[in-house]
Amino acid sequence: MTMASSSPPTRRPAPGGDGRLAAVFIAPALLGFVVFLLWPTLRGVYLSFTRFNLLTPAEWVGLDNYVRMVHDPIFWDALRVTVGYVLVNIGVQTVSALAIAVLLQRLTGSALLRGIVLTPYLMSNVVAGIVWLWILDTQLGIGNEIVAGLGFDRIPFLADETWAIPTIALINVWRHVGYTALLLFAGLQAIPDEMYEAAKVDGAGEWRMFWRITLPLLRPVLAVVLIMTVIGSFQVFDTVAVTTAGGPGNATNVLQYYIYGAAFGRFQFGYASAMSVALLVVLSAITVLQYRLTRAGRSDLG
Amino acid sequence: MTGPTAVTTAPARPGSRARRPSLGRIAAWAVMGAIVLVTLLPFYWILRTALSGNAALAVDPADPLPVKATTGGFARALGLQSTEEAIAQGGSGGGLRFWRYLLNSVVVSTLITGCQIFFSAMAAYAFARLRWRGRDTVFGLFLAGLMVPAIFTLLPNFVLIKQLGLIESLLGIALPTMFMTPFAVFFLRQFFLNVPGEVEEAALLDGAGKVRIFFRVLLPMASTPVLTLAVLTYITSWNDYFWPLMVSYSDSSRVLTVALAIFRAQTPQSGVDWSGLMAATLVAALPMLALFGFFARRVVGSIGFTGIK
Repeated sequence: MTMASSSPPTRRPAPGGDGRLAAVFIAPALLGFVVFLLWPTLRGVYLSFTRFNLLTPAEWVGLDNYVRMVHDPIFWDALRVTVGYVLVNIGVQTVSALAIAVLLQRLTGSALLRGIVLTPYLMSNVVAGIVWLWILDTQLGIGNEIVAGLGFDRIPFLADETWAIPTIALINVWRHVGYTALLLFAGLQAIPDEMYEAAKVDGAGEWRMFWRITLPLLRPVLAVVLIMTVIGSFQVFDTVAVTTAGGPGNATNVLQYYIYGAAFGRFQFGYASAMSVALLVVLSAITVLQYRLTRAGRSDLG
Repeated sequence: MTGPTAVTTAPARPGSRARRPSLGRIAAWAVMGAIVLVTLLPFYWILRTALSGNAALAVDPADPLPVKATTGGFARALGLQSTEEAIAQGGSGGGLRFWRYLLNSVVVSTLITGCQIFFSAMAAYAFARLRWRGRDTVFGLFLAGLMVPAIFTLLPNFVLIKQLGLIESLLGIALPTMFMTPFAVFFLRQFFLNVPGEVEEAALLDGAGKVRIFFRVLLPMASTPVLTLAVLTYITSWNDYFWPLMVSYSDSSRVLTVALAIFRAQTPQSGVDWSGLMAATLVAALPMLALFGFFARRVVGSIGFTGIK
């Protein structure tokens, strides 16, 4: 996990280096990078200062979009809904993924189990959304049949303002947790077995080993995985689009869904871009903050 | 990379050498079992629903076996039923031109995966094994690119693709990720960095040029990371929804995920064609399950932090 030094292993440099050859090798990727990543990023920032409806040229309006955003109650609501989603999604996913990874490490070396936990990841968010929409259907879903069978009232999981966001968050945990667990598992592989053996000789139980060995040594990996999952989580869109379409009311109107509506429903590309910039700023801030808090750059694992 | 061999848990009391399974171990297996159940049961439920008669689902929602078993759901999803027949069985009559969407998905995912991995491998080789002025600067730029959330570039990229006149085309869907993703470049660069220098030197002494070394020596050596990346990229592009939704509006360029969401939106609020919908989701997910099943052994072991920092 440590940053590999940027110089390759010792080689006698050819006189003059490999400039021309490197140019050929790097050209396609660099073209893609500049045209579809660097330029759109700059353009996205530029568009946020314009009024733009795709049909007429973008017109510079300065900070208008940002002023509007700050005074837009639906924007703040969308941000609040998104943060709520992220908290549930990340909280449950991190704990579950850690549990699965540790079980895969300490309980069994079964590659089959590792394959099984990854299966939901093979489906699209669209498929996962539709499947759980059916399982959780108020009248006919097997989930609600079980709820009713246990003697409770049926729960309109995706049609109720309180339940909808946590439900969508958990659907996405179901889809992604296996992949996250395998990333953590890869980090656990770097912890030498001898450490556990030594702790065992000292009479430590599994529980104590987890707190004394696994967690401290996994922390840098955990920090990186957390940053990745939080960034992914903030961009939730697909599941909302196929299950609730932002409803009921605005209960699941997550930021990305609101941005999409502004751009493709109302053709306010400038305003949509401004909100995207806001999301970008939020995500950058989170990344920097998490790096600071966890000192992810300092890793004991090679 | 294989998993560790099963470890026996520490005895409950230090000093006691109990060999019988401890309570903690039984509990851990129970948790693992529960995880497997929650993971796999939805898959069974899709199958059970897809094979049920649509009207019968409402009568018997909790039967663990298919009710009034029929393949009508699959016939509707694949557009093999006449409209009258579909409506009679509880479908919406709004069909799916399934084979068309399947082909579109295959074309887009194959195009993205093939080109992206090849170009990213070339760039990774240049970053890891070649010396040139400005290398670290360019690499730093790619590093910064990793920080830009994919979703941020979608709107500007849509504007760009529109200006290029590539809306409604499969190429338009594939282009933004066809040349590279920063992640793919990192992932492979990390591997190339770890190849011992002697391998290259030996080939150089044999008179091979650097281009040939890349194609004949390093690329074959990187088959496992390349395969892992290819499978992950294929799954990602196959499952992508947001971007293709923006770019395609008609059957000619529609991919499976978008078609599926439309199929779901077409169904009336009451009397949803659940068996047809589940059949459609199963058919859409099946190619990825097959792909993964085929390569699982090699891929599962090498998912990890080869290239992320």
